[in-house]
Amino acid sequence: MLPASPRQRRLLIQAAVVVLLLVAAAVLWRTAAHNLSAQQLRSGFGFLRDPAGFDIGETLIDYSPRDAYARAFLVGLLNTVRVALAGIVTATIVGVLIGLGQLARNRLIGVLCTAYVEVARNIPLLVQLLAIYLALTQLLPDLTTPLHLWGGALLSKAGLHLPWPAQQADGWRVEVPQVEGLSIVGGFSLSAEFVALWSGLTLFTGAYIGEIVRAGVLAVPRGQWEAALAVGLTRRSAMSHVIVPQALRLIVPPLTSQYLNLTKNSSLAVAIGYPDIVSIANTAINQNGQAIECIAIIVSVYLGINAVTALVMNVYNRRVTRKVF
Amino acid sequence: MSKKAIAAFAAALTGLCAVTTADAGKTLDAVKQRGQLVCGVNTSAPGFSAADSQGNWKGLDVDFCRAVAAAVLGDANKVKWVPLNSQQRFTALQLGEVDVLSRNSTWTLTRDASLGILFTGINYYDGQGFMVPKKLNVGSAKKLNNATICVQSGTTSEKNVADFFAANRLKYKQVVFDTAEATQAAFYSGRCQALTTDMSDLAGARTKATKPDDYLILPEVISKEPLGPSVRRGDDEFFTIVRWVGYAMLEAEELGVTQENVDKLKASSQDPATQRLLGVTEDTGKLLGLDKEWIVRIVKASGNYGESFERNMGPKSALALPRGLNNLWTKGGLMYAPPVR
Amino acid sequence: MSADTRAAPLRALARAPVADDAWRTRVRRGLFPTVPSGIATVVLATGVAWLAWHLLDWAVFKAVFRPDYAACRALEYHAACWGFVAEKYRLILFGRYPYEEQWRPLLATAIVLGLLIASAVPRLWHRGLIIGWVVALALFFALMSGGIFGLAPMESARWGGLPLTVLLTLVAMVASIPIGIALAYGRRSGMPVVSWAATSYIELVRGMPLITVLFTATFVLPVFLPAGVKLDALARVLISMTLFQAAYFAETLRGGLQAIPRGQSEAALALGLSWWQVQRTVVLPQAFVHVIPAFVNSLLATFMDTSLVMVVSMYDLTGALRLALGDPQWRDFFIEGYAFVGAIYFGGCFALSRYSRWLEARLRREHR
Repeated sequence: MLPASPRQRRLLIQAAVVVLLLVAAAVLWRTAAHNLSAQQLRSGFGFLRDPAGFDIGETLIDYSPRDAYARAFLVGLLNTVRVALAGIVTATIVGVLIGLGQLARNRLIGVLCTAYVEVARNIPLLVQLLAIYLALTQLLPDLTTPLHLWGGALLSKAGLHLPWPAQQADGWRVEVPQVEGLSIVGGFSLSAEFVALWSGLTLFTGAYIGEIVRAGVLAVPRGQWEAALAVGLTRRSAMSHVIVPQALRLIVPPLTSQYLNLTKNSSLAVAIGYPDIVSIANTAINQNGQAIECIAIIVSVYLGINAVTALVMNVYNRRVTRKVF
Repeated sequence: MSKKAIAAFAAALTGLCAVTTADAGKTLDAVKQRGQLVCGVNTSAPGFSAADSQGNWKGLDVDFCRAVAAAVLGDANKVKWVPLNSQQRFTALQLGEVDVLSRNSTWTLTRDASLGILFTGINYYDGQGFMVPKKLNVGSAKKLNNATICVQSGTTSEKNVADFFAANRLKYKQVVFDTAEATQAAFYSGRCQALTTDMSDLAGARTKATKPDDYLILPEVISKEPLGPSVRRGDDEFFTIVRWVGYAMLEAEELGVTQENVDKLKASSQDPATQRLLGVTEDTGKLLGLDKEWIVRIVKASGNYGESFERNMGPKSALALPRGLNNLWTKGGLMYAPPVR
Repeated sequence: MSADTRAAPLRALARAPVADDAWRTRVRRGLFPTVPSGIATVVLATGVAWLAWHLLDWAVFKAVFRPDYAACRALEYHAACWGFVAEKYRLILFGRYPYEEQWRPLLATAIVLGLLIASAVPRLWHRGLIIGWVVALALFFALMSGGIFGLAPMESARWGGLPLTVLLTLVAMVASIPIGIALAYGRRSGMPVVSWAATSYIELVRGMPLITVLFTATFVLPVFLPAGVKLDALARVLISMTLFQAAYFAETLRGGLQAIPRGQSEAALALGLSWWQVQRTVVLPQAFVHVIPAFVNSLLATFMDTSLVMVVSMYDLTGALRLALGDPQWRDFFIEGYAFVGAIYFGGCFALSRYSRWLEARLRREHR
């Protein structure tokens, strides 16, 4: 009864799968449409033009509660990208230092680096984040009586305020943050939420990157080391001209997935009050009830960020693997 | 693949297509069949719905649900309590996880019109305010220019504080958390200089401070927050029952029927209104799908509105809130029940 | 080339390992290889010793271990108040499970953990173990939810703490295996429609953060259920975590399947076995051996990811800690609380990662 030829069997199976998927999609659509209309819930993306009505704690662009939901989502997206980029940069620096530190000749440094890696990798990121945030908000002084750091920076429960060049009436000058009334004005501010999220992501992902760097450097055959030293290169020269280029080839692919993980982990911002895209979508769902649309937006945003990051890293990967001996 | 497999496959496909999307109405029948009312309450709102360490729920909203259970099922204890945070509450009601949402939620147009729910009435007239530490030396909300304010996400508080500051041409910075506990924890740690939510919530939050006397609730009331229970849209029968349970409790207070004297009044009262209320001369319950003793059971379970208020948030309770707007219309408040007849 | 660089290879040879490994030489080479490095060692060692002394002082010597609130307050943060842990450990470990019935989650967790340790011993890997797992999980659910054997029924909303963490981890990992197998084979199959469907699912799910998946389960999944069908919150979270894990397991398995030489399946087919038999008896067992270390790493990652369910209001170990810290009296002792919970997570994860390394080494030895 069933076609004996494998090709026809495969066509039949594929046709069956397509039919099954279409039927499942139709059933789900019907159920959802019925459920939504029975409760008279709105659907569709029209809400993006409505005024949001809520404020956002920190924004890179101008935003007011009268702006549309679409702008609120844009603010969230920029916040996510901001913390992800900052995290990627510092995590890479920390990871490279720690990874090379584990391989240092000085055994004390090696042991300390390994201890850090083991502790940071084996405690969940959320636990680390919550602990860092609580420590920052409980232990630092109030906004009105901040710690004065070197350079004019102010550190308080509200975060870090740095002096920053700003355009005044008479040209550009460095503006030093000052306490005025109930707030700190001037300068460039990094909120406590941003600092906590950034530190947590850096410490956690840095440990994983350290392991990747260590594995990559160790995977280069020992003969390369010995030959380089025998030819007369110093340790530092050997490292940068012989070992690192070869290690990079092994490091870059897992590094890409760590960068993607860091971006995904930035969604934990919702637990400590940093207004990233997930947090804003969450607020939007609560204010207008359109869960499916908002979650679809978040998913597309993350897929987009993933695609861009993977693309950039692939280009770098090809550059790194192109140099053949 | 054998013939049997194909036949089974086809049957499954047809079955899927035939999955009927049954109506979500008829909550009353479902509740009676289940033998239990599922009531959505707050995770922890002292005075409205909070569980003690034994797991017993107490509060104004809790008393309301017990009254509904007493009216519909005859037993105030046949309630399953589902604690919900501010994000889950309306979704839980929309999707049928709870029958009644009695969770100090504000009645607004958006919520009535676009969330698939309907508010049945108001059981607490509240307003939004601010709480600040006394050492901030701020006596009025208008002096909170450039302050950092903690607010919970997904509440009317978020929108109202934006409106207040815009209207007064002041600036502020907000820090938003997803749970009330996290919001209060951030305020008490000093991360923000002010906490904003309903006045009744502020009173409850202050009881959770290490030193309640260090905090001041500012006098300004910046919004109207009529709090009340809600049910799903599309079930008029259940909506009417829940609405009239609230009014019955008010009418009972107006006529002086209390938990202690309800039996005595049922047996011996000569006042026609009281006789009607307690089912002696008329059966108002039948019109709702209940029986004539429905109000008697309500009052026995939770008392009248005034008793419930005094017990949960009156002067002798931890919150010590004045009746204020929540008094009967005959005593200068806003509580006014349509006649139970 | 200067005289210095010409001498470098000789010096390198001179530094070649010496057969005589007196501990003095090892210490010198390990801690003081060059002068700047030696200075760094001295500075670091002093710093570490000072820190360690103060940490011990804070955490052990002056600390309060009794659940005595007055004594803790009197410390004024100069020492640790482990009394917070002593007072609240049952809330942290078991969530909102009622006090008198907490022996049930304790017993359930002990059974499951015992079986987990038994599964770690390679000598015990045979069919009986699977039956053991089925029985253990059934016992776990029976003990936690009650209703039979005279145990009081306990709704899943009250489950919390460590048992909830263990439950989420194990169910997500175990239930994701069959789905992952189907997805891996789907992706590898030659049929473009099936391959495309499996690949899209895997890439879509792997691109989303787990928080989004949990939000989808809480807000979106109920909309797609026919009215009248209700899944409680725990079931929704379990389903979503399983589907999430399945995508990752599919990728791990695909790597394992790719590592098996084609000759294996070709030879088995030539022997006359059907395609199913080939997969079941020849390919999958070998693939699993390759996959096990990565699987244990996934287990570790899932164990850490369960902390995220706090965001959808389920009180796992992390959520229960926040609940315990909500008490205004003990709110200030959050360092001790997070140290306690961090230590539990660290213990479990560290053990798992060491085990994974040991297993990998052992499997590599056996499959030379």
